[in-house]
Amino acid sequence: MERRRAVVSVIGKDKVGIISKVTTILADNNMNILDISQTILQDFFTMMMIIDVTGNENLSQLRDQLDLVGEEMDLKINIQLEEIFQAMHRI
Amino acid sequence: MTIAMDEILQTIRMVQMENLDIRTVTMGISLRDCADSDFHKMQQNVFHKITTYAKDLTKVAVETEKEFGVPIINKRISITPIAEILGNATVEQTVELAKTLDLAAKQLGVDFIGGFSALVHKGFSKGDETLLKSLPEALSVTERVCSSVSVATTRTGINMDAVKQLGYVIKEAAERTKDQNGIACAKLVVFCNPVEDNPFMAGAFHGAGEGEAVINVGVSGPGVVLNALKKHPQADLGEVSDIIKKTAFKITRAGELIGRVVAERLGIPFGIMDLSLAPTNAINDSVAEILEEIGLERVGTHGTIAALALMNDAVKKGGAMASSYVGGLSGAFIPVSEDNGMIRGIIDGALSLSKLEAMTCVCSVGLDMIAITGDVTPATLSAMIADEAAIGMINKKTTAVRVIPVPGKQEGEMVEFGGLLGRAPVMGVNPFSSQNMINRGGRIPAPLQALIN
Repeated sequence: MERRRAVVSVIGKDKVGIISKVTTILADNNMNILDISQTILQDFFTMMMIIDVTGNENLSQLRDQLDLVGEEMDLKINIQLEEIFQAMHRI
Repeated sequence: MTIAMDEILQTIRMVQMENLDIRTVTMGISLRDCADSDFHKMQQNVFHKITTYAKDLTKVAVETEKEFGVPIINKRISITPIAEILGNATVEQTVELAKTLDLAAKQLGVDFIGGFSALVHKGFSKGDETLLKSLPEALSVTERVCSSVSVATTRTGINMDAVKQLGYVIKEAAERTKDQNGIACAKLVVFCNPVEDNPFMAGAFHGAGEGEAVINVGVSGPGVVLNALKKHPQADLGEVSDIIKKTAFKITRAGELIGRVVAERLGIPFGIMDLSLAPTNAINDSVAEILEEIGLERVGTHGTIAALALMNDAVKKGGAMASSYVGGLSGAFIPVSEDNGMIRGIIDGALSLSKLEAMTCVCSVGLDMIAITGDVTPATLSAMIADEAAIGMINKKTTAVRVIPVPGKQEGEMVEFGGLLGRAPVMGVNPFSSQNMINRGGRIPAPLQALIN
């Protein structure tokens, strides 16, 4: 099966438990994290994860769950297929 | 990580803060096989074909937009110019067909259906005549049907009989929708050198050289270009061009990927990518503001054409590198009512109708979404069309006229069109008559292709 990867980005004010909440959702959906990086820029928490979504045709359920956490913790969480970044930034 | 964090952040910023979007995914559908000598049969054929081919268009577009996190603003359909399949249909039947198209668009949840069109740059066929006669009513009784008429090309010259007739068509369409500020005219474009694969409205139609069905994609992003330029206030104009080029490249790549995915999922060939900087009334999503960022106090002042020429060319260069199939109009649109910067330019007295005309020599289309005084005569409208067509014919480029004579409004008043169509200050036209020239009719011959100075 062709490998499908997505980028989860989390941006917002830093607080306790962000990574834990987000990764719990990913684990519940049986999605493996391939890479993770995180920084704090002027109090702003920024995390990028590359996750394996091979075999998950429909990401909308996951998106809804992430949106819920985003609202709860006042974070902006996006999930986008990796190809969009490859297309825009790689030749 | 194969992609750097700042690159991911850049993409997210472009979408969420700078209005990067896929402006439209447009499905082109050929209706040639729908022609029938029995009108009702043809009507059924048309409805059935459109609603079958495009039944998943909206669904797939919404799915794809979610997966890639780049919004697709409009889902549209373009069809074979309707005049080509009309045959012996009457004017009343043609209006009925427009309603059928409107119904199909509503049922499918698409925003617009373009191609209620006729190509008459050399002369009129029977179907063309019927279509032109039906236009004022057809455009005022439908919501989502868009029309375009080709009245000139570089190779055929300008059909001044068609130009004359369209002056009356525009005037009547405005009168019929006077309660809505003449909105019917916002759905009619008069072209010189139209392109067959344009995904943008109101001028989209599925040209004669196209296949059975095709997906064309229009991407836009004035806000992204504006923000990129803001970071380099001291750059010289060569560097400005380079910044626009690089930005256009990235925008086009995003559009191409999404266009291809949509096409693949619908099982329809991918046609072209049209990278056009098309403004909206959203804050900072303005072409005029890009020109001002390049260094003009207000759009319309001296230097505007040079800045626009630079920008239009840089957009094309970036787009051409990014996609294997760049087509459509690819460049910059300068619709007045959809661009807050243009509106401000007019209100402040910096931007005039004459300057807008001059700008169309170097941008991708023409006089677009301009509100003019309601008492304008059909002959003056025709003469405006003739001027634009001449610019396009001589410069071998697409030009167009989409003006709205707003019934009962005077110069300086503000009119609202609503939604994506925005609002516009009413502009005055030259008070001197062009009647005698328009009355002459006939055809302006095609220009020489050599001795071109």
